[in-house]
Amino acid sequence: MTSPIVEVRSITKVYSLPSGDVVALDNLSLTIEEGEFVAIMGPSGSGKSTLMNQLGCLDVPTKGRLLIAGTDVRTLNDHDLTQLRLNTLGYIFQRYNLIPLLTAYENVEYPYILKHRKQDDTGHVRDLLESVGITRKMARHRPAELSGGQQQRVAIARALVNNPRILICDEPTGNLDTKTGNQIMDMLSDLNKKGNTIIMVTHNPETAKYADRTVIIRDGRIAV
Amino acid sequence: MKIFSDILFTLSARSIRLNMLRSILSALGITIGVIAISAMGMLGANMTSVVSAQMSSMANTMTVTAYTGGSSGGWSPPGMGGGSNDDSYITDKQYDDIYQIASRYGTVYPYYSESDTIYTKNDQKGRATIYGLDKEDMQTVLTVANGTLPRSENDVVVGTTLAGRQDLEVGSRFKIGDEDEQQIKVRVSGILAETGLSSSLRTDNAIVMTDDLYTSFYGGEGKYDQVTILLDNVNDSAVVKNALTSKLNKREDVISVSDSSSMASRVTESISTMVTFMQAIAAISLLVAAVSIFNVMMMSVTERISEIGILRSIGTQKDEVMRMFVYEALIIGLIGSTAGVILSFIAGYIVVALLIGSTAYFFGWNSMMYLPIGMVIGVSICIVTGLYPAWRAANMDPVEALRAE
Ligand SMILES: Nc1ncnc2c1ncn2[C@@H]1O[C@H](COP(=O)(O)OP(=O)(O)OP(=O)(O)O)[C@@H](O)[C@H]1O
Ligand SMILES: [Mg+2]
Repeated sequence: MTSPIVEVRSITKVYSLPSGDVVALDNLSLTIEEGEFVAIMGPSGSGKSTLMNQLGCLDVPTKGRLLIAGTDVRTLNDHDLTQLRLNTLGYIFQRYNLIPLLTAYENVEYPYILKHRKQDDTGHVRDLLESVGITRKMARHRPAELSGGQQQRVAIARALVNNPRILICDEPTGNLDTKTGNQIMDMLSDLNKKGNTIIMVTHNPETAKYADRTVIIRDGRIAV
Repeated sequence: MKIFSDILFTLSARSIRLNMLRSILSALGITIGVIAISAMGMLGANMTSVVSAQMSSMANTMTVTAYTGGSSGGWSPPGMGGGSNDDSYITDKQYDDIYQIASRYGTVYPYYSESDTIYTKNDQKGRATIYGLDKEDMQTVLTVANGTLPRSENDVVVGTTLAGRQDLEVGSRFKIGDEDEQQIKVRVSGILAETGLSSSLRTDNAIVMTDDLYTSFYGGEGKYDQVTILLDNVNDSAVVKNALTSKLNKREDVISVSDSSSMASRVTESISTMVTFMQAIAAISLLVAAVSIFNVMMMSVTERISEIGILRSIGTQKDEVMRMFVYEALIIGLIGSTAGVILSFIAGYIVVALLIGSTAYFFGWNSMMYLPIGMVIGVSICIVTGLYPAWRAANMDPVEALRAE
């Protein structure tokens, strides 16, 4: 049996605020195998986004061990964490988070350039955009000129451009209507079938049905 | 690597374009600062060049004055009321020694000088430097443009500027001396040719009378204010100076000898002091520009917090974010400084033409070098002030930045 791609071993995340410490994650453990599609649900403020930030290496836990593709992220410095984000992880956020100054095409190409240190001359970016349903004409637009659904498609293409092993999706359909949301979910489902590991936060039980398994979080802990 | 830099550069350039107005305004600050610095520098350089050229035309002039302690070689330019200090003078005996040594190398002449009030036509009051000169020396030293050198007892010759100002012509009569004191009535026998700066005796604003007339009025016979030596050969100046000081200052310092090269260096020095002062003022304008760049950069960072969060989250390194913001400052700096350099060139030319009246040295390196200097200063200031905001951006926590609205 291969080792799990994500291994969370009793991590704790504490935010120190002037008004006192906030324990966002409390001794939480979780294991995700390669190729799994996991939905994470739970009430607002329960720590879902905090967990995603740890899994996505945007932040490091206060305590505990977090292994991503076999590496303990707490041993990595900022540079290596950033490299991990660039090469191993892909992000899809609720707010799309595209770079407003770049066109749709450039947004997708950006991580490619960061990784390969050159522009894409293989057609990879164009193909990816086409596969998520963004035409060449649309690809020349800035994010502000695209609809929410179109922006999220661009975001998916961007997340995929460096062939990440794990896709981190924090409420990817949260800002979309049901129909567009379902289209996005079909896309993620397809990606999962092609072997991508997907970890997704959602508030919608219908959306969670796309996943192999649902993890419920309450007060920073896994609720059974 | 080069193209990779391009995407960061593209982001910086687009951010500037998006905030065109404020970027232009802050670039304008740099432009003004660069103009101030470069134009001042060019003005100073041209002034120095013009003055030193004029100085070198009178390099053969040496002056001997009484030693007054303190600054040795205290050269007061002739015609500037030098030597009006009554306590210090060159005695007849010293003059004889000076003459004996220096006459072999050129023309030697002593003179008296004083500054006094004059009353011309309709009791129009004025002030002028009065020189007392030997009749024969007058023939060597002075050039009359109109009329003649003094012939009768109360004749004087006057400088052209003074004559113009006080309405004096050949044959005019006027009074020298204060109203409530003793006065002397003189007649203008001639108007002197313009001497400008390049003369051993600057008479444009002065009255020259015979030494007899001078001493009969002011007294002090044989107590000269200055002895001037006009060398035949400029290269003799060190020899003459040595000979004079070793003879007359054997026991104690009684005379000061100076050649115009020391004066030239003094003048150049005072010009450069003045220019430094003006540039210090110009530097303040650059400081203001720096503050405005800093402000614009901080605004840019604050406005783009969530963008920084996105960039960091998808794998942009800290130093790359830093570079992106430094580029932004660099672009503003380059635009502002380039405009500044172009305008300095134009403004400098106009200022030099108006204030100095000669652009002969404008295109020389000493003057032109202030363009690249201004450029470098302008760009460096932008980069330096952009560093802190860029550092702030680079070290932002990605999660915090992403949460920002
Ligand atoms: N940067 C932070 N500083 C301080 N406290 C924080 C920070 N981020 C999160 N928290 C706190 O941690 C807890 C968990 O927040 P988190 O954003 O993970 O919740 P969530 O489950 O994603 O909620 P939602 O469903 O509303 O998105 C909350 O109490 C929140 O106030
Ligand atoms: Mg959340």
